[in-house]
Amino acid sequence: MFAYIIRRTFAALVLLLVVSAVTFAIFFLLPRLAGETTDQLAAQYIGKNPSPEAIAAIKKNLGFDQPLYTQYWHFLKALVSGAEYKFGPDPVTCHVPCFGYSFKNHLEVWPELTKRIPITLSLASGAAVVWLVSGVATGVVSALKPKSIFDRLSMGVALAGVSLPVFFTGALLLTLFSYEWPILDNPHYVNFTDDPLMWARNLILPWISLAFLYSALYARLTRAGMLETMSEDYIRTARAKGLAERKVVVRHGLRSALTPVVTIFGMDLGLLLGGALITEQVFSLQGVGQFAVSAITDNDLPKILGVTLLAAFFIVLCNLVVDLLYAAVDPRVRLS
Amino acid sequence: MTDLQKTAAPAGEGAARDAFLSVRDLRIHFDTDDGLVRSVDGVSFDLQKGRTLGIVGESGSGKSVTSLGIMGLHRTKRARIGGEIWLDGEELIAAGPDRVRQLRGRQMAMIFQDPLTAMHPYYTVGAQIVEAYRVHHPQATKKQARARAVEMLDRVGIPQPDRRVDDYPHQFSGGMRQRAMIAMALVNDPSLLIADEPTTALDVTVQAQILDLIRDLQQEFGSAVIIITHDLGVVAELADDILVMYGGKCVERGPADTLFDAPEHPYTWGLLGSMPRLDRELQDRLVPVKGTPPSLINVPSGCAFHPRCPYAELTGGRSAEEIPVLAEATPGHYAACHLGAADRHRIFAEEIAPRL
Repeated sequence: MFAYIIRRTFAALVLLLVVSAVTFAIFFLLPRLAGETTDQLAAQYIGKNPSPEAIAAIKKNLGFDQPLYTQYWHFLKALVSGAEYKFGPDPVTCHVPCFGYSFKNHLEVWPELTKRIPITLSLASGAAVVWLVSGVATGVVSALKPKSIFDRLSMGVALAGVSLPVFFTGALLLTLFSYEWPILDNPHYVNFTDDPLMWARNLILPWISLAFLYSALYARLTRAGMLETMSEDYIRTARAKGLAERKVVVRHGLRSALTPVVTIFGMDLGLLLGGALITEQVFSLQGVGQFAVSAITDNDLPKILGVTLLAAFFIVLCNLVVDLLYAAVDPRVRLS
Repeated sequence: MTDLQKTAAPAGEGAARDAFLSVRDLRIHFDTDDGLVRSVDGVSFDLQKGRTLGIVGESGSGKSVTSLGIMGLHRTKRARIGGEIWLDGEELIAAGPDRVRQLRGRQMAMIFQDPLTAMHPYYTVGAQIVEAYRVHHPQATKKQARARAVEMLDRVGIPQPDRRVDDYPHQFSGGMRQRAMIAMALVNDPSLLIADEPTTALDVTVQAQILDLIRDLQQEFGSAVIIITHDLGVVAELADDILVMYGGKCVERGPADTLFDAPEHPYTWGLLGSMPRLDRELQDRLVPVKGTPPSLINVPSGCAFHPRCPYAELTGGRSAEEIPVLAEATPGHYAACHLGAADRHRIFAEEIAPRL
């Protein structure tokens, strides 16, 4: 098991390195292939009407005059050991992990980005709890009584949930609970550490609208998995032992049925941690997703690079955790 | 059922007096979209402790449905179950599902066909045996239950049981898995053991070992055993009595020796003729039973076997119209066939026996 963990962690690190190289190439090589000069790239750091001297200075400082692989090497080095830049007379230190400075506001990318993580983390994790609990519970009950009224009704709602986009459900919830009946005032983010109750109160609408989309999918996934496992031979064996039906369902049925759910969950959560773009937009949450949107509209390369790598990191991390969980859950995985 | 069948297998508690298990006119029908499936249609038999009953028949003859019915494992609302099942003086069909659940695994246990799919892949073999033990021994500590699991694994012949108890099913070979299944079934000393095709999924070399094991354990525990199989070779080795099923009904029932030496029913002749044997002259081909097993929704009229029976004309049309009743042909040996006893004995002696 230990060797398995080491192997998987190592593979995850290699994967991240590859992602960083590809991202770097896409954002620095492609514009150059399309005809953009390094002068134009450097000019973005300066503002309006840059002087040729200033451009030359920036190019030298940021290393744009060097070959791309050297730049990539410097980028990696800055990530692990920081870097020093000279925009003006005084050198500025870019702290580890250094993703460089924003073209637009000349702020360090990483601290700007990390400020956003708690918001997105709160949004994603809260929604994940809501959709896992509601989705799995609905799926199990539906599967145990297939074709019952509950089954038909919940699967109908699930279909609606899959079909309705967040910008519809989110806006609807906001209209109903924030304007029509102002039970939950115009939501704004409050730090969990400052006031956990206000934190939850202000996030409940985004959680519900995001979870509605996912719980529908999870309900269907769980239902299908349960229907399949409950017809397995080992379920019959469990009943033949004289186990109570509740134990048969939970200990023997649900445990197997949840394996595919866990896999999908890892990917969904990883994706969301890289920014829930639409939900953050609808509820004006200044999360990673909003950061990504502004980075792209500004064509702010260091920010784009930073947020892309952060998103990739979350996806790789969540998949690593899922793989390890998988091995813990299913003993047959450990051998291979 | 008819008077004849009642004398052959009287209903009620009287019959269950000496029998540990007594099945009376068992009917298990399923409502499906295509119609009513009569999987089991009036089967009766008795079984004493220490005895082995072999239930033989093709796929779809109702043998597995019968055993699952005894265990109370037909859970769908579409299953309609009628008749009586007396286990140790207690009627199971009228008993509540909770009562049957208490008996399941404690008084009656079951071994299934494919030991790989019948064990949960996520739990160790030991954990699954421990679970089976603790359901019916809630006061036992985990340590005691584990010791019991190791003891059972040792008893069914698994080497190094104290180590293998922590292995997962996929780390066991096919034969070992079936041994572990047997250990799991016997962990509560059940008085009735039902083995549903226990050797079908196993290597030929392992089959004999498993059958030996079942026989040894039965002698040790003194339990009643039902072996369900399509393989007459299996019951020949193990069974004291044999029940042949066809189309959800019992067509022949009797002591194993008599049934093998002097089978009464043309279907049993067919089964015997299609069985490969080493103790007879080599012949060109085995003789198959022509045709396919009947649909259980549209069971053929009269004798369900008549469309496949080579001797159906000899009954003067009765076989297509009248359902034959199980009648005592020789003492303790029953068959449901319209052919007269004399005709049957003549045909068997002249046409069938020389080929077997």
